[in-house]
Amino acid sequence: MIRLALLLLALTLSCSLARAVEPDEVLADPALETRARALTQELRCVVCQNQSIDDSDAPLARDMRVLVRERIKAGDTDDEVRAFVVARYGKFVLLSPPVEGDTFILWLAPFAITGLGALAAWAYLRGLARQPATAAALTPTEEDAVQRKLDEAP
Amino acid sequence: MIAEIGHFSLSLALTLALAQATLPLYGAAKNDARLMAFAHAAATGQLLFVAIAFAALTAAFVTSDFSVSLVAQHSHSAKPLMYKIAGVWGNHEGSMLLWVLILALFGAAVPAFGRNLPETLSARVLAVQGMLGVGFLAFILFTSNPFLRLDPAPLNGNGLNPLLQDPGLATHPPFLYLGYVGFSMAFSFAVAALIEGKVDPAWARWVRPWTLAAWAFLTLGIMLGSAWAYYELGWGGWWFWDPVENASLMPWLAGTALIHSAIVVEKRDALKHWTILLAILTFTLSLIGTFLVRSGVISSVHSFASDPTRGVFILALLVATTGGALTLYAIRAPQMKLGNLFTAVSREGGLILNNILLVAITAVIFLGTFYPLFLQITTGTQISVGPPFYNFFFVPLSIVLMIAMTVGPFLSWKRGDLGQALWRLKIAAVAAIGVGVATAVVGTGSLAVLAFAAAAWLFVGSLAVIAGRVGNDWTKAWARISGLPRATWGMVVAHIGVAVTAAGIAAVVSWTEETVALLKPGETAKVGHYEVRLLTVEDVKGPNYTSKLGRFAVVAGGAQIDELVAERRNYPNPGSDTTEAGLRVRPLDVLYVTIGQSHPGGAWTVRMYHHPLVFWIWGGSVIMVLGGALSLSDRRLRVGAPRRAATMQAAE
Repeated sequence: MIRLALLLLALTLSCSLARAVEPDEVLADPALETRARALTQELRCVVCQNQSIDDSDAPLARDMRVLVRERIKAGDTDDEVRAFVVARYGKFVLLSPPVEGDTFILWLAPFAITGLGALAAWAYLRGLARQPATAAALTPTEEDAVQRKLDEAP
Repeated sequence: MIAEIGHFSLSLALTLALAQATLPLYGAAKNDARLMAFAHAAATGQLLFVAIAFAALTAAFVTSDFSVSLVAQHSHSAKPLMYKIAGVWGNHEGSMLLWVLILALFGAAVPAFGRNLPETLSARVLAVQGMLGVGFLAFILFTSNPFLRLDPAPLNGNGLNPLLQDPGLATHPPFLYLGYVGFSMAFSFAVAALIEGKVDPAWARWVRPWTLAAWAFLTLGIMLGSAWAYYELGWGGWWFWDPVENASLMPWLAGTALIHSAIVVEKRDALKHWTILLAILTFTLSLIGTFLVRSGVISSVHSFASDPTRGVFILALLVATTGGALTLYAIRAPQMKLGNLFTAVSREGGLILNNILLVAITAVIFLGTFYPLFLQITTGTQISVGPPFYNFFFVPLSIVLMIAMTVGPFLSWKRGDLGQALWRLKIAAVAAIGVGVATAVVGTGSLAVLAFAAAAWLFVGSLAVIAGRVGNDWTKAWARISGLPRATWGMVVAHIGVAVTAAGIAAVVSWTEETVALLKPGETAKVGHYEVRLLTVEDVKGPNYTSKLGRFAVVAGGAQIDELVAERRNYPNPGSDTTEAGLRVRPLDVLYVTIGQSHPGGAWTVRMYHHPLVFWIWGGSVIMVLGGALSLSDRRLRVGAPRRAATMQAAE
């Protein structure tokens, strides 16, 4: 238990949230550097919780940042850099998980929920239209007049 | 001795909560006035006992009584008084005690402010509050007792995480909890209404102020947390899509949906099923928020508790609360009437669209937070879900929401005229196109251009609500403006707040500039339209830390216009570093400077950021809170409002 606590402490210490790029890492070409920054923001530091390698000052994150910049200097496209990093560290490093087999639910569910919501609203409106009329209601104009009075009341 | 008083008082509160959870329910069923009235006394008594317990723990922290284990673990005699007090809730046990204190506070507010509630309803609401009290008091007493003693007592404590020693962070948990726990009122009202079998406009009018108040507190809490992250974490990030942040955003989104759907119940006696479900969902998400932070199931930068027995207990509480409420709903829902007729294009329809979008955004965040955990448990596959995923859904959905929420207020109830509503928004449309073109010319991403345009649309469209009510006759303008209900003002102001926040976010995302440089004293670097010169770096000793303090000159056009101070602090108890950024805050931008590591030859890593409109993010949130407060002050939501209206008429 104490060992675990120490490990956690060590991890949190090495992973403190701070923009971590040191001046010596920065690429000379601003266009390449911009690409590097964008890429490192979507790659996760594997020893930290929920931090991109751009945010983490853990030594491993630094290694990964340097690696990304080396690949960019070597002329890789963004996709090639991602593929290279994934080949080394696994899909876990992608902060935006690829759309495939076990992430279909994750990517499709938001669309499904929005669609279901619309469907439920439609069903509700139909239900409203079909329910038997109860007491003689006010006419729409009367209703509006009352509502206007209510809204204007001081 | 003081700790034991606290412990004993907490046990009394649990006993009282047990009685409060049962007797009034029986009384309401049998129409026994004495048993129902007991609920009021019990709720007040609970507040008293929990407050004594909380005061006892606070006393232990303030006097640095290290024979109390919790104080020894989380406090230190050298800490400033403010952080000794903040230390009470800067840990798991104390924060749960704050949770029940606020629960008791809301419970006691029912007899204090809810005199006009029907007797049976208030008895049942308080009984449900009592049940929640039982659950959480038992949780504290059996798994997270803050009053445990330590023998022998250590000479000094371990200290509070230095990151937490900051005014912004010290004050944000109470506001967050006022929000989370405030939603328990919506939940209790929903469950009580299900027991009564009656959901009507009067019910909605009683439940809305509580929900609105909770929502305003939660907004403030999230805002403070985000502002804290901005200046304390040292690189100007203000939102991380971290599980703990998501935990607060989910109930906020659901609560926002709830205050809107409750309007439909209040004004039109429709959408009752959904409003009840939403009340249950909102509080469930608040509980999940507690669960997420407290169980350590999803560890994150913020998590400071990880004990599985607690997690299991909270999970059981969650299942009992939500499961119980949903079961009751399933039994009662078929008996509830659907409500009054309306067409898709109407104010009601607009509010439903608002609800669909808000729930969809909530679902995205829920999935992103829990899907990796779900996948790991079921298949063992590890994936990460980070900002790119959230932004992919959040940004477009929010833009659609902003477009829709501008039009909604212009549709009439029952049957609206979309063409007419859009015509009345013609000035807003011009503003949106103007801002869109202007930002596109400056050079902004296409999604951000849309966001800017939507923000302008919403801002001007909200003002148009007021303009539309004033009409063309300027002689009557003042009379009409002052005659508008506060609730209308509240809506307009809150919507303007959303527009301001959205513009701030779009600007920071699009136009942030960043410079990382190695500077020796006397050297200069550029960021945005500013030049920053490092003047000196000094060693400074604070009350409980040592610090490297860098002084910077801000130079524009050759002249020094400002001086900034940035610190890198080291706290020995417990050992860790924090960054104190130097900020030059202006309404339109913030210059943000931090000092990093030293390098051989006397150079320092200096990070500088230029953040346009960043303060709008939090300024907009404050405006939203103001809108909520304005709405709350509407006489129609206040107790005894009809009576006052009557006396005013008599006076005339």
